[in-house]
Amino acid sequence: MNKIAVTSEGPSLDDQVDPRFGRAAGFVVVDLETMDTQYIDNGQSQVMAQGAGIQAAELIARAGVNFLLTGYVGPKAFKALSAAGIKVGQNLEGLTVRDAVARFKSGRVEIAQAANRAGR
Amino acid sequence: MIVSVASGKGGTGKTTVAASLATVWERPVWGVDLDVEEPNLHLFLRPAIAGSETAWMTVPAVEEAKCTYCGACSELCQFKAISVFNQVILTFPEMCHSCGGCLAVCPEKAISPGRRELGEITWGVAGRVEFLAGRLRIGEAMSPPLMRQVKARLEQMLAKGGDAVIDAPPGVSCPAVNAVLDSDVILLVTEPTPFGVYDFKLAWEAFAPLGKPMGAVINRAGLGNDAIYRFCQEKGLPILAEIPYDRSVAEAYARGRIIADLSPGFKETFVALRDKIRALAQPSPSREAAHA
Repeated sequence: MNKIAVTSEGPSLDDQVDPRFGRAAGFVVVDLETMDTQYIDNGQSQVMAQGAGIQAAELIARAGVNFLLTGYVGPKAFKALSAAGIKVGQNLEGLTVRDAVARFKSGRVEIAQAANRAGR
Repeated sequence: MIVSVASGKGGTGKTTVAASLATVWERPVWGVDLDVEEPNLHLFLRPAIAGSETAWMTVPAVEEAKCTYCGACSELCQFKAISVFNQVILTFPEMCHSCGGCLAVCPEKAISPGRRELGEITWGVAGRVEFLAGRLRIGEAMSPPLMRQVKARLEQMLAKGGDAVIDAPPGVSCPAVNAVLDSDVILLVTEPTPFGVYDFKLAWEAFAPLGKPMGAVINRAGLGNDAIYRFCQEKGLPILAEIPYDRSVAEAYARGRIIADLSPGFKETFVALRDKIRALAQPSPSREAAHA
């Protein structure tokens, strides 16, 4: 089973990739075999004073995701995602969710080795 | 008694006033720097440091061999300082607020008290003033836990008698409220500029609900306009002292000198301030009581 989560400003494949991970509006989860999508709202992480990235990592880990596509990930979120065994593709802001997924499928998304944003 | 010297706006003269006030106060008196994020009272009091200790707070330490990854701690923690992912448990000590909830809720007793360094507490003597200060560790985000430890040490010392003048942090958020919370009188230092007035109002709104006697010190008097005077009158807030907008004060401050030592006139200003603070701390006898 291969499931990827894409940080998204809305619930569909045609919404824009949300550049933020922890405080993303939500996650479009795509099953790469069937291309079925599921939307996970991230409102509960957005309103947190701290720890949004950690909670967002918990949310997508629970959904059985093994790859994340997003814009930026901070150090604590990155540590949490690594612990959950979720690989990360970064710097995908400015694309639609559909385009980000297409880029991933064509093998043009690099697996990040570290966070690309300073911690807060 | 404890007097805290606070302000809304930074740079209005809290430390200037606190240092001078401590200097003219009757002994024994403690000059306490609770502006732990940027302590500077020592620059004026110039204490001989007698001792210091590192301050710590409790954070979870997990013995992973005992952990069953049930997630009870993770679910409880509102600050995401401890988190369980499948077969991995992570702690983020810098996020922890030290509530102790995870230690209490763990069914396997896999979590024990670890510690995170908060900063340093130092003490010493500055002439006739006893000195006490906290200094937050660089990178530490929370100052109230360290401030509470400084205040606990102060309380121990005050148990033997004496008073304290607290140099509080600026602003009106948790650290500022924490600094004034245990004082008997709150002194608000401001300046008659639009920024000074604006932040003074915020400070008044934040501290008035504490129901403690409050008074204002107008620093740089002669600058700006009369809005601050009108506000104080409207709220019944006594103006206990005015420090003139004067080049000699700025020069003395820049040299780390104590304003009360500048001239007999300045000394008199702070002695009068001290006496007015003492009077404020006394509950004034009501008229009815006088008639009875």
